[in-house]
Amino acid sequence: MGIQTVEGILTRMLKLAGCNVFATKEYMSRVRGGNNSTQIRVCSRRVCGFINRTDILIPLNKGAINHVRGRISADTVVFGESDLLADEARSGPFKFIDVPFTRIATDLGNRVYSNVVAVGMLAGLLGMKLPEVCDYVKQSFSAKAADVAQKNVQAAEAGFRLAEDVSRRADIRLDIGSDAGVKDQILLSGGDAVGLGAIAGGCNFISSYPMSPSTPVLVFLAKNGGDFGLIAEQAEDEIAAMNMAIGAWYAGARAMVTTSGGGFALMVEGLSMAGMLESPMVIHLAQRPGPATGLPTRTEQADLELALYAGHGEFPRILFAPGTLEQAFYLTARAFNLADKFQMPVFVLTDQYFVDTYYNIPDFDLSSVKVEKCIVKTAADYKRYELTRDGISPRGIPGFGQGFVCVDSDEHDTEGHITEDLQLRTRMVDKRLRKLESAKVEIVAPELYPNRKYENLVVCWGSTYHIVREAIELLGREDTSLLHYSQVYPLHPKTADYLNKAKKIIALEGNATGQFAKLIKLNTGIDIKDRVLKYSGLSFAVEEVAEALKNVLR
Amino acid sequence: MDAKVFDMGPTDIAWCPGCGDYGILTVLKRTLAELNIAPENLVMVSGIGQAAKIPHYFRTHFFNGLHGRALPPATAIKAANPSMTVIAESGDGDMYGEGGNHFIHTIRRNPSITNIVHNNMVYGLTKGQASPTSQLGFKTPVQVAGVFLEPFNPLAVAIALDVGFVARAFVGDAEQTKEILKKAITHKGYALVDIFQPCVTFNKLNTWQWFKEHIYYLEDSHDPHDRVAAFKRAVETDKLPLGIFYINPNKSAFEDNVGIYRDDKRPLFEREPDFVRLQTLIGKFRTAG
Repeated sequence: MGIQTVEGILTRMLKLAGCNVFATKEYMSRVRGGNNSTQIRVCSRRVCGFINRTDILIPLNKGAINHVRGRISADTVVFGESDLLADEARSGPFKFIDVPFTRIATDLGNRVYSNVVAVGMLAGLLGMKLPEVCDYVKQSFSAKAADVAQKNVQAAEAGFRLAEDVSRRADIRLDIGSDAGVKDQILLSGGDAVGLGAIAGGCNFISSYPMSPSTPVLVFLAKNGGDFGLIAEQAEDEIAAMNMAIGAWYAGARAMVTTSGGGFALMVEGLSMAGMLESPMVIHLAQRPGPATGLPTRTEQADLELALYAGHGEFPRILFAPGTLEQAFYLTARAFNLADKFQMPVFVLTDQYFVDTYYNIPDFDLSSVKVEKCIVKTAADYKRYELTRDGISPRGIPGFGQGFVCVDSDEHDTEGHITEDLQLRTRMVDKRLRKLESAKVEIVAPELYPNRKYENLVVCWGSTYHIVREAIELLGREDTSLLHYSQVYPLHPKTADYLNKAKKIIALEGNATGQFAKLIKLNTGIDIKDRVLKYSGLSFAVEEVAEALKNVLR
Repeated sequence: MDAKVFDMGPTDIAWCPGCGDYGILTVLKRTLAELNIAPENLVMVSGIGQAAKIPHYFRTHFFNGLHGRALPPATAIKAANPSMTVIAESGDGDMYGEGGNHFIHTIRRNPSITNIVHNNMVYGLTKGQASPTSQLGFKTPVQVAGVFLEPFNPLAVAIALDVGFVARAFVGDAEQTKEILKKAITHKGYALVDIFQPCVTFNKLNTWQWFKEHIYYLEDSHDPHDRVAAFKRAVETDKLPLGIFYINPNKSAFEDNVGIYRDDKRPLFEREPDFVRLQTLIGKFRTAG
């Protein structure tokens, strides 16, 4: 049983027991093995960011301690098997408690149960009740054969019974307050939130090509979409995926693609066509470090400029970059409405860290979500590209009304026919660009936290929201706030007002060149000189951000 | 139905005088009229090139997309609204060169679309370079020593992929071409019709006369359900057979395989997401993922 199963069982079990949980993982680009780690935070209040500190480490394979050495200290308690870890177990400065997970599992009949023994032990340490643990483990394996479920329950129970002894040996006592409200909350990942948001936005067609870290959205919609009349097709390449999705919108579907850097690069030709055809499109772009294949399973925020400028020719677009699971859900749903309304591509920019991070949140409020379709029934004299004041031509689809719906990737006249009338060309460019002005009326405002009055302002976007938020709490400075953008383009018109109120502005981004800071400068003229940038492939950690801000604000 | 329903009225047609494309335009309109397919129920999808301009000369819905990319949107249009007749039409460079990967995988995917390829063995719009189907030795401004790449054989590739329907026609034979197109358009699943069509401007090798001398029709005794026999006929090179090479009637179509039309025939645009079900799905995240 792999680390993902451990993560899944433990986090859900704790959530049901009323604990706030957070989990995120980093993993190598290979099918099996390697050194991968999952961080789980358990807390009486809600925590949603990656931290560097490790209180308890359970190394499940050789090399695991060395792999996370940067995140362990003298205060870390390591529960592991000295036989398995050999020298690593004695490599300090942590406190090592030898626990024979494998021997206990082997006694139960198979070493494969060792990870569940560890799950049981952790559940015991965290003060869970044994019947709850057994129930949940049983339920988690309900799809497997009865004896497999039973053995796993026994493994969890055996682990649970170790808790008292190991906590005495480690001289630790964990007391995590629970909150009855958490039990009924939902626990999901960024990928799940994007997938659910797509369904809430009326998505009924996804064509994509598998690529880490964007694939969970394709998997989610393939698995759950059947109940919603959704077609999920794995295309032969990203070129086909994008062209299919545009064809689907043309015929009346609400379509999306999910991809990552290199895959998106192949979609760029089609993206430009969406610009010319004035086709709605929703693109989930889960960023990973590049250039080229880069670090396939790691995280980065370096494709903002790619998304912003991708595509030959000039055409408008909208870019969202959710920072919370709630934003991922509501903004993905909104992306479909805006794409349909303004007939342009709308991006949902996430990254590996965001897609693979879980925490509990209150239920989504579906009453606030509405699928707004902008399709018109065509009259016999219908013209797809009628010139209008706001640039938006009523969008018909074939088979609905008496008119013909003609679209062309060439420059075209109002009926959609190829043209080389160069005066009309100019009017068509202007018409397409006018839609951006229309879309600017509905820009999502950035979030200012915690103080409306500030001297220092940390500007961030996308997945770093919770990390920066907790770092600012940790920093404990009344004079410092964060300004987080969940819509990065078009940029909110009040941006300069926010920035001008600060004496010091710091841009925090997961890239090497400060791409969002550059966008701000382009739009406002304000040059943000102080930057906190990270591009190692690993997410920012809360303490790391607090430390970096402390240094800048010294 | 009168084929005139597809006529555009006075239009500036971009094809050269004597081009084979005119004949395909005329015969396709007649075919659709005889099949009683109304312009309102037809979507023409094309890529880029002279052949790909054909939708502009048709009174119907059309999606004139990117070079080589006609098949993916055509597939999606059929899947999003299976009541529409969808024809994906372009030239040999577009379908077999730039769009080669889509050609292969659309055959595998098997949507009910008719893929008509104007095959003139040369690039017209970019002015006379070799196409994937250009014959060995064919000299062009780019292939200055003559073509030395093995010509692409679309029929053999399609049969190798166990295509649902594959035929070859010659634009000079309007009646035979019409009958082939009728069978292709009414075939359930993907159908390829490769149509020989001379380029009078850039291909001085494969002329009207050359085609007349190098083609013949498959005998009535040819069994289109015999895949091995079909393959043998597809790889003939001295003389090039025309007609229906191969049909596999036992394949299910993509729009049926996607599974969403089994109990509900409505096209996607008529549907709304079921928020009650969505609430249930969200609720599952209370206990499991």
